[in-house]
Amino acid sequence: MAEVAKPKDLLFRPILDNNPIALQIIGICSALAVTTNLNTTLTMCIALTVVVTFSNLFVSLIRNQIPGSIRIIVQMTIIASLVIVVDQFLRAYAYDVSKQLSVFVGLIITNCIVMGRAEAFAMKNPPVPSLLDGFGNGLGYSFVLLLVGFARELLGSGSLFGVTIMEKVTEGGWYVPNGMMLLPPSAFFLIGFLIWAIRAAKTEQVEEDQFKITSNSRVSDAF
Amino acid sequence: MAINKDSVGGTLLVAFLVCVVCAIVVATAAVGLRPLQDENRVLDMRMNVLQAAGLYEPGMDVNAAFERIQRRFVDLDTGEFVEMPESYDQRRAARDPATSSRLASSEDIASIRNRPDVAEVYLSVSDDGDVQVIILPVSGYGLWSTLHGFLALGSDVNTVVGLGFYEHAETPGLGGEIDNPRWKGIWPGKELYNDSGDLAIEVLKGTVDSGAASAKHQIDGLAGATLTTKGVDNLIQFWLGSKGFGPFLERLRSASTNSVDDSEDDEFTVSVVN
Repeated sequence: MAEVAKPKDLLFRPILDNNPIALQIIGICSALAVTTNLNTTLTMCIALTVVVTFSNLFVSLIRNQIPGSIRIIVQMTIIASLVIVVDQFLRAYAYDVSKQLSVFVGLIITNCIVMGRAEAFAMKNPPVPSLLDGFGNGLGYSFVLLLVGFARELLGSGSLFGVTIMEKVTEGGWYVPNGMMLLPPSAFFLIGFLIWAIRAAKTEQVEEDQFKITSNSRVSDAF
Repeated sequence: MAINKDSVGGTLLVAFLVCVVCAIVVATAAVGLRPLQDENRVLDMRMNVLQAAGLYEPGMDVNAAFERIQRRFVDLDTGEFVEMPESYDQRRAARDPATSSRLASSEDIASIRNRPDVAEVYLSVSDDGDVQVIILPVSGYGLWSTLHGFLALGSDVNTVVGLGFYEHAETPGLGGEIDNPRWKGIWPGKELYNDSGDLAIEVLKGTVDSGAASAKHQIDGLAGATLTTKGVDNLIQFWLGSKGFGPFLERLRSASTNSVDDSEDDEFTVSVVN
C-alpha cells in the first residue's frame, strides 16, 4: 500500500467495504462447515481472528529478515504453529466445541484469509498496522460467519446458541425445522444472498464482466 | 543484520531460527496443556456412559457420579471378566490384529469388520455392592458413518435402561435424530428376551403396533432414516448376539436367575429382581 492507511480503516474496512468473504470470496470452505450452530461458529471466529491477528504481527515483525525465496514457507510455519497452539487451547478449555470443530481448526492453516493477509499486507507494513489489519479481517470473517450461523441455527434447529427459540415439532412444539439449513449447501445460498445484498447497497463492489457475452440468437452464429 | 538475508547462509539461518522458535512454542503448548486435555477426554467418556445409563443430569458433578460406576473388562468369547490395564483402549484394540478377531461376513451384521477380543463394560453399583445398571459399549455402521454408543441394561439383564450414541456422522435431521431425546426415550423399559429366552428386541421400519404382544421388544424406526435405523438394529443384534456380549450376558442371566454369586469374582454379585 502506497499511502499509510488510518487505523480505523484498517479495522473496519474489512467488515463491509473489503470483506474477505463477501468481496474477495476467500475462506468460504470453513464458512460452510462450521456454521450449523452459533457455538461452533463463534469459537471458529475467535480462533481464526486470533490466528490472523498474530500471524500478521509476527510476520510483520520479521518481515525484513525473511529471505524472499522462502517467505511463503516461513509464513506457513508461523501460521501453522499458531493454529496448533489455538487447537491445543481449545482442546484444553473448550473440549465439547473442539470436538465438533474437529479438523476445521487445523484447516485454518489453509484458510486463504490468513495466508493472504500475511503475504499482501504484513510483509509490507509495520507491526501495529499489520496487527490491526489482521484483526479487522478476522472481524470481517466473523461478521459473515455469525450472520450465516444465526440464520442456519435459527431456521435449522429453532435455537440460538443452543437455547430453544422456536420449539421443534419433533420435541412437541410447532416449528417444522428446515433440514437443508443443517447441510452445507444452505451456507452457499446464504453467503450468496449476503453478497447480493452488500453489492446492491455498495454498487462499487460489483465486478466488471471478465468477457463480453456476444448475442447469438441464430444457429449460424454458433459457428 | 550483518549477513545478507538472501544469501544461502542467511536463508538457512532464518529457516532454522524460525523452526526452532515455532517448535518450542508448539511443544510448550502441547505438553503444558496435555493434563487438562486428558482430563477432558476422560470426563467426556464418563458423561457418555452416564447419559446412556440415564443417570446424567445437566450440571451434575460427573466425576462424583462416576464413583459408583466400575469399569471392568470382559473376554467376549468366554464372557468372563478379565484383568486389563486401566489404559486399555477398546477402539484401538479393535484395529490391532493381535487383540481383535476378524469377523466373517456372515457374522459381521453390524459391519464393524474387526471385533476386539476384550471389551470394556461399566457397572453401576449401589452402596451395598449390587449391580444396578450394566453399560455396554456398542458400535456399528449406519448410513454414512460408524455409530459409537452405549447400551445400558437393568440388573435383570433384560430391561433396557437407555441407549445413547456419542459419535456418529449421520444426516442431521434424518439419521441424526438418533440423538433426539424423544426417540431415545422409547428405549427404556423395552425387554431384550422373549419368554422362551431368545433375543427378541428389534428396531422396526415404521411404527410399533402398541397392542401387539411383541411391542415390549420393539422400537419405532426413524422416519426418513431407514438405513440408520437398520444400522442401529444391526448393531444391537450383533452386540447382544453370540459374537458380541451374548456369552457375557448369558452368564449374568444364569447368575441372576439362580441367585448365585459370580464365583470368580467375589465383589460382583447380581441382585435378583422379580
